[in-house]
Amino acid sequence: MPKFSFSKYGIIFVLIALMIFSGILSPAFLSRRNILNIFWQTSYVGIIAVGITFVMIAGGIDLSVGSMVALMGAFAITMVNKFGDSNLSVVFSIFLTYVLGAVMGFGVGLLTTKGKIPAFVTTLGGMAIYRSLVLNFANGGVYMSMSQKYSSIGMKHILGLPLPMIVFIAYTIFAYILLDKTRFGRYVYAVGANETAAIYSAIKVDWVRTMTYVISGISVVTSAVLLSSMMGSVSSSSTGNNFELDAIAAAVIGGTSLSGGKGNVIGTFFGALILGVINNMLVMLNVAVYLQGMVKGLIIIGAVLLQNLKEQ
Amino acid sequence: MKKVLIFVLLIVTILSFAKFRVGVAIPAADHGWTGGMVWWAQYAIKQYANDPDVEFYLVTAKEPSEQIAQVQALLAKGIDALVINPYESAPLTPICVQAFRDGIFTIIVDRGINSEEYNVYIAGDNYMYGYLAGKYIAEKLGGKGNVVVIEGIPSTINTERVEAFKKALEPYPNVKIIAQQPGYWSREKAFEIMQTLLTKFPNIDAVWTGDDDMLHGVLLALKQAGRDKNIVLVGGACEKNIVKMIMDGHPLIGVDFTYPPNMISTAINLAVMALKGEHLNGFYQRGIPRKIILSTETVTKENAKDYYFPESVF
Repeated sequence: MPKFSFSKYGIIFVLIALMIFSGILSPAFLSRRNILNIFWQTSYVGIIAVGITFVMIAGGIDLSVGSMVALMGAFAITMVNKFGDSNLSVVFSIFLTYVLGAVMGFGVGLLTTKGKIPAFVTTLGGMAIYRSLVLNFANGGVYMSMSQKYSSIGMKHILGLPLPMIVFIAYTIFAYILLDKTRFGRYVYAVGANETAAIYSAIKVDWVRTMTYVISGISVVTSAVLLSSMMGSVSSSSTGNNFELDAIAAAVIGGTSLSGGKGNVIGTFFGALILGVINNMLVMLNVAVYLQGMVKGLIIIGAVLLQNLKEQ
Repeated sequence: MKKVLIFVLLIVTILSFAKFRVGVAIPAADHGWTGGMVWWAQYAIKQYANDPDVEFYLVTAKEPSEQIAQVQALLAKGIDALVINPYESAPLTPICVQAFRDGIFTIIVDRGINSEEYNVYIAGDNYMYGYLAGKYIAEKLGGKGNVVVIEGIPSTINTERVEAFKKALEPYPNVKIIAQQPGYWSREKAFEIMQTLLTKFPNIDAVWTGDDDMLHGVLLALKQAGRDKNIVLVGGACEKNIVKMIMDGHPLIGVDFTYPPNMISTAINLAVMALKGEHLNGFYQRGIPRKIILSTETVTKENAKDYYFPESVF
């Protein structure tokens, strides 16, 4: 049994403090409904943040996730609309979207490893390309789902819990096992911490890096399917905007290093929740419109600062 | 002498046969409404597809400096008219003024510039857009109730609308705004906010969203919470699906107010009219009016079909 590390999970205390603070100021904040809502609202960025944690630990970055959410959601909706409103069609469309997402992640991985293009550049390019494709096919408009079956997925509740929340939690547990308990996970850390050492240890560095982008792509598809089915639509211009920033912020708040080698998905999970709590709190407390950005920024910086101070 | 005269006449004839070239510079689609504006610009340009006298250059920009560069390129190419929806007023002012001083017929659309040096300014009526929504909600509630405001991206346009909305509520002291939050003109964001507000407030009688895109998010949140009854909903700008709902007699959405993205089409037509020396029918003036504020029209079940453009993207 490893010793519970305060610095690793100090983030949990930040979250609890934040929740107590909000609960005192607005009692409705701590109601069951609201807590579920926060989980629900957080899950879309949260799932992506879990994927991006792999990329960042391996020393990369993925700026394309926001536009990719729109593209993948649009693709899924287009496919469902094409194949008709049957269970088979929905399952098949989602499957196709996963294949496409994984292939795109693989492509980005190859471009950064074999093509030797910095991840920042490939994914920045991807961000522009995906968004522009989405805009082009919809002419700047909205993709609407004609399928009732598809649109019902995102609103599903299981045992009274919203489906996105369940997926988010399950996804985090799965990612935790993959990253902390498997050889692949150890390789991801090794590659990000010291590439040269990893090469000498006979780790297929390029392959590990590429796989992290595949994981990121799969995470994006998961989020995109949940989001687009919940909304029953994808807006070509606004869906997924700034998701990359929120996902990276969640990972960083959770203790993932921007320079690689360090981080964990549990931290990311709570980092994402902190962002969710902040967003919810701003609405609950009716914080003045213009000051919201400042409040958000201060809490993010404060959360990371607290963690760093604890570590020293 | 005679030779010179013939030469000059020749030049004049050639010039008069030359095409009118119109540059159209608008912001790129960053939410539903701007997507609509791009669509309507293309629509208007298509109308002139068979007109050999006019030629169009359409450019869209993601930020002010990009738009400045685009307008510079248009000026270098040589255009006779510029139709521009400035991305931001201040940074675009100098280049628009330069176009005007170069003798290019300059039409400013919607977001203004900080100068009077242009030929035409055409815009939507932000004040009435907010005011009519406020008045409708207050009257519909019978002068008493709790109102939620989900506004757009913080900006001058948005502020003007929200202030007007509040002005309209002033005569009704029992109509209270219980929450006011920015939804950034996004469905997802509006959904989130509404979900949260529904847990906070057991009694919400009306919701005003800065535009119809956000109204979709609110509708979804209400449906999910099972509170899509006895509530007055007003959006704005006439997104086609909302107009369709009004047309079909939606129980919660009774009206919508125009802020037409097709003002860009109107501006393009005005530019062509000006270049061809035409004037507005019924006006005693020969020239095109210099300032045009489009009225905010009220869309109800009765007239909704006139505002329903199924093939438009917005």
